[in-house]
Amino acid sequence: MKIDKALIDYLEELSCLSLSEEEKIRLTGDLESILAAMDKLNELDTVGFQERNHPFDGVNSFREDIVLPSLERELVLQNAPQRNAEAFVVPKTVE
Amino acid sequence: MKGYEVVMGLEVHAELSTKTKIFCACANKFGGAPNTHVCPVCTAMPGALPVFNRRVLEYAVRLGLALNCDITRCSKFDRKNYFYPDLPAAYQISQLYAPICKNGCMEIALEDGGTKTIGIHQIHMEADAGKLIHDPANEQTYVDYNRSCVPLLEIVSEPDFSSAAQVIAYLTKLRETLLYLGICDCKMQEGSIRADVNLSVRRPGEALGVRAEMKNLNSFKAIARAIEYEAARQIEVLEKGGTLVQETRRWDDNKGRSYPMRSKENANDYRYFPEPDLLPMQIDDQWIEGIRGSLPELAHEKRARYIKDFGLSEFEAGIITAHKNISDLFEEIARQSGQALESARLVTGEIMRMMNNTGILPEDLSLDAGKLAYLVKLVIEGKINRNSYKDALNAVFTRNVQPADYVKEKGYIIVNDTNAVAQAIEAVIAENPNAVTDYKSGIQKAFGFLMGQVMQKLKGAGNPGAVKAALTEVLGS
Repeated sequence: MKIDKALIDYLEELSCLSLSEEEKIRLTGDLESILAAMDKLNELDTVGFQERNHPFDGVNSFREDIVLPSLERELVLQNAPQRNAEAFVVPKTVE
Repeated sequence: MKGYEVVMGLEVHAELSTKTKIFCACANKFGGAPNTHVCPVCTAMPGALPVFNRRVLEYAVRLGLALNCDITRCSKFDRKNYFYPDLPAAYQISQLYAPICKNGCMEIALEDGGTKTIGIHQIHMEADAGKLIHDPANEQTYVDYNRSCVPLLEIVSEPDFSSAAQVIAYLTKLRETLLYLGICDCKMQEGSIRADVNLSVRRPGEALGVRAEMKNLNSFKAIARAIEYEAARQIEVLEKGGTLVQETRRWDDNKGRSYPMRSKENANDYRYFPEPDLLPMQIDDQWIEGIRGSLPELAHEKRARYIKDFGLSEFEAGIITAHKNISDLFEEIARQSGQALESARLVTGEIMRMMNNTGILPEDLSLDAGKLAYLVKLVIEGKINRNSYKDALNAVFTRNVQPADYVKEKGYIIVNDTNAVAQAIEAVIAENPNAVTDYKSGIQKAFGFLMGQVMQKLKGAGNPGAVKAALTEVLGS
């Protein structure tokens, strides 16, 4: 895959980032080398290996449906950049 | 519609009524004070890891079996990425590649008496998002994460609907199924069941048109109105030579129209990938068969049984099974009274009338079946008359009285005691010699008078048939 300016702009928007021109040029190089590393992995012969869903073996790690105490609200909100007495506060989101 | 046909598919989100959330042990409860049912997992604090609630999987399989789906033997979760403040992790744990249920179907009844089969494309499990409260006064938004990680099933239909009536029939039956399975309380006003409608129009025989997705449909009525509006809007655009764009539109039920939602233009690129924090699920036949064996009787099965075993009419069976609370009440009254037909008459008559008059919804109905069964038995055994029965029922509805005390206090119990009747007649004849003479000389009116006097002596509790027979006999001798 070719990393061009249009793709970087698109990723910037999807990621809710705001990048300088300088950062975009640097990221283009970084992403290209990441993709090159992935291409290298693709050279491996995987014939005969079964596709895996997860890096760990094992299935069915469940929890029973039993209520445990929640976190105290003051602790939940403690590190919020902006808050009121009972909620996180964020800039107006328009629907 | 000017030679167009409407094609619709539905995405229904149902909040599951588990005790805890899908990936943490916080209480899954509607209406708590903001941010009091939250923990590091459902607020996505760094390092917190999800652990899957087994009950959610069981509920999903229950619904899948009820909707004739294939159950995926090796199912797993995927990550759906987007930024929005109601989603603290900036991703939703959902299912894309191996949803728990696929290829199901549901049969719906059509208005013309026929039936139609609606395909169920898939059912998948996912976590709900938090709730945003917008404050117009200061341009701020408050975030409450109590709903974050509440378990959801998303039921995705095939694009098999061609009218609003079909959509409503499907939703009605789906709601009924969720309620009977006991997996969702289906309170639309609390958002525990939400429907999005995908709608496009086309000329018959043509390829599918460009679709719009409609959101914010909060009642069956709103859904029907939004469908009419959107179909008309799309046809108008096409008729004027315009082109439609694929978009998401928000329905405003007060204004009776929809508006395009602009906020998520690129949001369809969710960059799904397998969820690394959760292990896959492996479901064996034994487990599935165990769940199949424990499935409760569904509404349409109940209807058939009521008609066959109890001799109810299709109409009565339909009213009783429209909501699980009502059919549960009916079965309990019928069981305790041993009188299924009279119990059905009570539920479809007096109870429905009471609910209509007071505006009580089926989900909020709570009546003491034992008290009602007691009254059903009394009226069937002829121990109280129909008027007394209705009055006593009303007293149970409004004041929750003890029926045994109530009918006694009111003197409603019919006296079948022949001695008491004979004594009353004897007294009335002694007190009203003129009326007796009138009757004997052929004045029929006098009989009514004497009869009334006897009933009065018995305080209205005489069995009119028995009193009449006894009085005729005494006067004729």
